[in-house]
Amino acid sequence: MMDATQMPRLLHGTPGTPHTLDQHEAVYHSTFRTSSLLDELSRSGLTGRGGAAFPTAKKALLIREQRGHRKYVVVNAMEGEPASHKDRTLLSTNPHLVLDGAEILASIVGAQRVAITVARDNPLVVNHVKRALHERERRSKRGPELELHTPPWRYVAGEESALVHWLDDNESLPQYRPRRPHVLRIGRDPVLLDNAETCANVGLIGRYGAQWFRGLGDEATPGTQLVSLTGAVAQPTVVEVVLGTPLRQILAAAGADPSPQALLLGGYGGAWLSGEYLDTPYDNASLKPLGAAVGAGVIVVLPRQGCGVVETHRVVRWMANESARQCGPCAFGLPALAEDLAHLAHATRDASPALGRLIDRAGVIEGRGACHHPDGVVRFVRSALNVFRDDLAHHVAGNACTGATSPTHYATVPTIERAEELIWE
Amino acid sequence: MGVVRRRSGGFVLKVNPILCDGYGHCHELAPELVTMDEWGYPIIKAEVTPLSDLATLESARYAVRGCPRQALRVERVSDDAGPIRR
Repeated sequence: MMDATQMPRLLHGTPGTPHTLDQHEAVYHSTFRTSSLLDELSRSGLTGRGGAAFPTAKKALLIREQRGHRKYVVVNAMEGEPASHKDRTLLSTNPHLVLDGAEILASIVGAQRVAITVARDNPLVVNHVKRALHERERRSKRGPELELHTPPWRYVAGEESALVHWLDDNESLPQYRPRRPHVLRIGRDPVLLDNAETCANVGLIGRYGAQWFRGLGDEATPGTQLVSLTGAVAQPTVVEVVLGTPLRQILAAAGADPSPQALLLGGYGGAWLSGEYLDTPYDNASLKPLGAAVGAGVIVVLPRQGCGVVETHRVVRWMANESARQCGPCAFGLPALAEDLAHLAHATRDASPALGRLIDRAGVIEGRGACHHPDGVVRFVRSALNVFRDDLAHHVAGNACTGATSPTHYATVPTIERAEELIWE
Repeated sequence: MGVVRRRSGGFVLKVNPILCDGYGHCHELAPELVTMDEWGYPIIKAEVTPLSDLATLESARYAVRGCPRQALRVERVSDDAGPIRR
């Protein structure tokens, strides 16, 4: 049995050489609790690690209550965030822990099939998962049928309704869900969808129970979080931290710039946090008053020599291109935001009216898409307007900072493909 | 002897943004509920309109029927529930 305060919990082993099933069972022992798994899950206080931090037990209960004798569990390891690599790292370290969690969730909701979804653009990870599934097949354990699916990598392809749509109909496009909570369905069969890291945590709770899980982290936000650090760091890393660890300590653990200008938290639909708040504990309860969230565990470190306006522009331009172009406000609004930001970033003569337009447009776009892709961008832009206020004033006045003209950038942004070349199926 | 049914509660007009192609008919038919953004897509009043406001309800129904994409819907909201977004 693993000690309750032992770290790391999830990243036990070396990334790149995944534990075999035997090794895995030697590290975490092999027996699960058989009864009251849902009770344990709800007592554990585990929340989703994919970004929304929704209580996992509540979601499982919703699907368990659905009628239908065929149900699915979908493990989301799509990792659409360019700055995130935690799910990849997790699956190439401990794939069986994720699969354990998926099996436990399947037994809770009564699902016969489990779909593990990994973007096909990560062939290494796909292979690790394939190997793990093969090992399990040979063991011929009873349990749900596990299958691997490889949708194309798109930012919104990991959004839950888009992912289920892909599994259902081979198109990674978000769906319209007027009522919440919404039960996702493949055909007519209810689907429980959870992030890979959430599943790994379920794999631990199913073994050791809720009490054990609460051994790390505080009352409101128990457990650990995998954090992907990029930007001004020694090298991009994933660290597992106890929720509530001060940001400063997380930066130190990753060898990051100790006094950054700002941090991008959550993901590209997340928020900037000014570098003066480094003593904030890393959990949602503490970050919320500052307008930020743990989200998908992304931290991009922006050093003092970087320019926040330029980084924001680069991210928003890419996010605009990643829109599925289904909803007008997102398809037209996000490129408009990117254009306004371009004026500000390059401190053109049009920068001052662009700032006004940007603020107006952000208000117009918010809440008008089928998914929260536009809302995330709006939140991100607003946080930039707030955190880089002084910087923006200089840009508006026509004096772009030195960082704005430097070729070094900090937020990872993939090359922008032409709209007609984006692959959705 | 007619039975008088009290019309309590309210309604909101809702658009399916995926279906909507920005024809703008809803703005013509229900200007009190729908304004347009700069790209021609509808911005619908989020506050609940009381069902007793028959004129507005009628124009909302016109908008629903007049939408070439059938993207609009009138959704009833009971008294206690707050306004719904979108």
